[in-house]
Amino acid sequence: MAETREKLLEIKNLKKHFRIDRKHTLRAVDGISFDIYRGETFGLVGESGCGKSTAGRTILRLYDASDGEVKFHGENVHARKSKKELKSFTRSMQMIFQDPYASLNPRMTVKDIIAEGIDIHGLAKNKKERTERVNSLLKTVGLNTEHGNRYPHEFSGGQRQRIGIARALAVDPDFIVADEPISALDVSIQAQVVNLLKRLQKDHGLTYLFIAHDLSMVKHISDRVGVMYLGNMAEIATSKELYENPMHPYTQALLSAIPLADPEVERTRERIIVEGDVPSPISPPSGCRFRTRCPFATDICAKVVPEFQEYKKEHWVACHLYDERYADQMKQ
Amino acid sequence: MKKLLEVKDLSISFDTYGAEVQAVRNISFHLDEKETLAIVGESGSGKSVTAQSLMRLVPMPPGKFVGGSIIFDGEDITQKSEKQMESIRGKDISMIFQDPMTSLNPTMTVGKQIAEGLIKHQNLSKKAAHDRGVELLKLVGIPNPEARIKQYPHQYSGGMRQRAMIAIALACNPKILIADEPTTALDVTIQAQILDLMRELQDKTGTAIILITHDLGVVANAASRVAVMYGGKIVETGTVDEIFYNPKHPYTWGLLGSMPKLDAEGEELQAIPGSPPDLADPPKGCPFVTRCPYAMKVCEQHMPDYKELSSTQKTACWLLDERAPDVEPPESAIVGGTEVHG
Ligand SMILES: Nc1ncnc2c1ncn2[C@@H]1O[C@H](COP(=O)(O)OP(=O)(O)O)[C@@H](O)[C@H]1O
Ligand SMILES: Nc1ncnc2c1ncn2[C@@H]1O[C@H](COP(=O)(O)OP(=O)(O)O)[C@@H](O)[C@H]1O
Ligand SMILES: [Mg+2]
Ligand SMILES: [Mg+2]
Repeated sequence: MAETREKLLEIKNLKKHFRIDRKHTLRAVDGISFDIYRGETFGLVGESGCGKSTAGRTILRLYDASDGEVKFHGENVHARKSKKELKSFTRSMQMIFQDPYASLNPRMTVKDIIAEGIDIHGLAKNKKERTERVNSLLKTVGLNTEHGNRYPHEFSGGQRQRIGIARALAVDPDFIVADEPISALDVSIQAQVVNLLKRLQKDHGLTYLFIAHDLSMVKHISDRVGVMYLGNMAEIATSKELYENPMHPYTQALLSAIPLADPEVERTRERIIVEGDVPSPISPPSGCRFRTRCPFATDICAKVVPEFQEYKKEHWVACHLYDERYADQMKQ
Repeated sequence: MKKLLEVKDLSISFDTYGAEVQAVRNISFHLDEKETLAIVGESGSGKSVTAQSLMRLVPMPPGKFVGGSIIFDGEDITQKSEKQMESIRGKDISMIFQDPMTSLNPTMTVGKQIAEGLIKHQNLSKKAAHDRGVELLKLVGIPNPEARIKQYPHQYSGGMRQRAMIAIALACNPKILIADEPTTALDVTIQAQILDLMRELQDKTGTAIILITHDLGVVANAASRVAVMYGGKIVETGTVDEIFYNPKHPYTWGLLGSMPKLDAEGEELQAIPGSPPDLADPPKGCPFVTRCPYAMKVCEQHMPDYKELSSTQKTACWLLDERAPDVEPPESAIVGGTEVHG
């Protein structure tokens, strides 16, 4: 990507808290900041419950933000909007879900599911144009015209995901949040869907936020990757850099935990195994949230929240290990 | 190496909507003492039904036993009475599942659930079973076992529930542990802990493991031998090195090619086109024929015999027939020299 990259999205200190009861708040997303450039795929990874889906939904305004802001094309996503503004906004941002089945109305034909957005936004002048559009979308995602007359339950998981993708594409969006779109699919089918998403991105100039917990697939599809832990962003880098030089101990542990499909390597590999489970987002640890599982944690990590800083070009990390101010304390 | 278990020509079907779903079709394999045999394949290929049939847990009806034998300890499991099976389950052969919540009893403390098998199979007293339970929880790495043993499954995290299930499964020192996608629902960091734990326990107890998974990384990490299933059949079997470094079946090539390589740049993934066969009406010949880029006329009509490529590797593919053209595995299926960072 050239120097003249255009920021399609700017996410600043975004927070989404859920009220559990009178005394408790769950900090699902707790102050994350990053940009997404036009035409790129930004991958978001982290263990389940770390706030990936909540982040994706808040960015799309499916949830109100508790704090912070999201700018899309320079405009505040969460600002008050007229009906008309809201409509054009929902048209340009779409979502693809993990479970295509749950997100497709079982009583509608595939044709009508795909055409829903076309109808809402009046994108077809007449019935003929509507049909043509749907047929061309079916073809784009690797299905055929005849599939349009069937119902979702008649399709396999991979085909349903194609239907979900066609529905998202129908309104010509600029930006798509794909929330674990392949997690429920078999490996051989995952590859089909990932190849399709990549091709569509090229052909339609799409920008993706690709959410997954499978780091190897994220690395494959993303230009840049953000690693989340307990509602915070631990690290952001280009996917190559993140894989070759992970800086945050959590990223290192995450990469090291992935079993590689190479028995020889698996037999000889030294692993960083993190102990225990992820703490509760209702009462997260003080200071650095990873410190309770971090092999390098010292006293300072419990006291001071690490700042998210660009330690190398385009490589952002929130960890005291790299902060000169704490060099002495971290040596212990 | 002594054979612990030998499955011969096993076939299991399900009667559904007037159609017969042929879930497992004529499969044969064996399990050696102390080894870990992985069964891999996509969903619906018959892995779980195979596992369930070893413990006679396939619901019948709708399931039905079509033929074959499962020899364990010199006797055929398929011929045993339900009563005889009860004394084998949990004692000689144990099973753990993908979702611990479906097999753990939510209304019973973890301690009670561990004690059940010990009291039944080993005639331990309540007190002795409790003490052994604490020991087992400690063994599987549950912190604070004295307190934890009194808790209910919902008070455990996902990773801890999986550990508890392993503790229950291993309570009576079974000869065989069947693990059906034990880490599929877990995050990678927890998966790494559980795989480590299983290896450690196997070293200690010598239990042979049948590990069912669809993740080739997990296979490479944990298995000594591999059986690749597709469409209700085992299409290839071999040592873990043979399957990864010298695979001969195009489906195995396809699986290896579909995986993104962590150390590779973003070239297109080699997806396997199409989708798996409908087991209510499977292809007459090779189950992979509809998706195989090398399919020939003969593959449609006739299932190939197994060709013995070594004393350990067997592959069922017409490409291995001497009359077939020479085909090299695609670049994408070549494994080796993965670079490790981090
Ligand atoms: N609607 C909600 N109400 C309350 N808590 C929620 C809600 N949605 C998500 N959470 C909680 O927020 C945290 C982050 O969830 P989520 O964004 O789904 O994580 P991820 O997608 O990374 O698995 C979790 O602890 C989850 O239980
Ligand atoms: N209880 C059942 N009733 C009907 N069909 C079943 C039942 N259990 C499994 N099957 C069918 O048997 C086939 C193999 O299933 P399974 O062994 O669960 O696959 P895998 O574990 O490899 O994903 C599938 O077609 C599945 O639908
Ligand atoms: Mg999620
Ligand atoms: Mg299964």
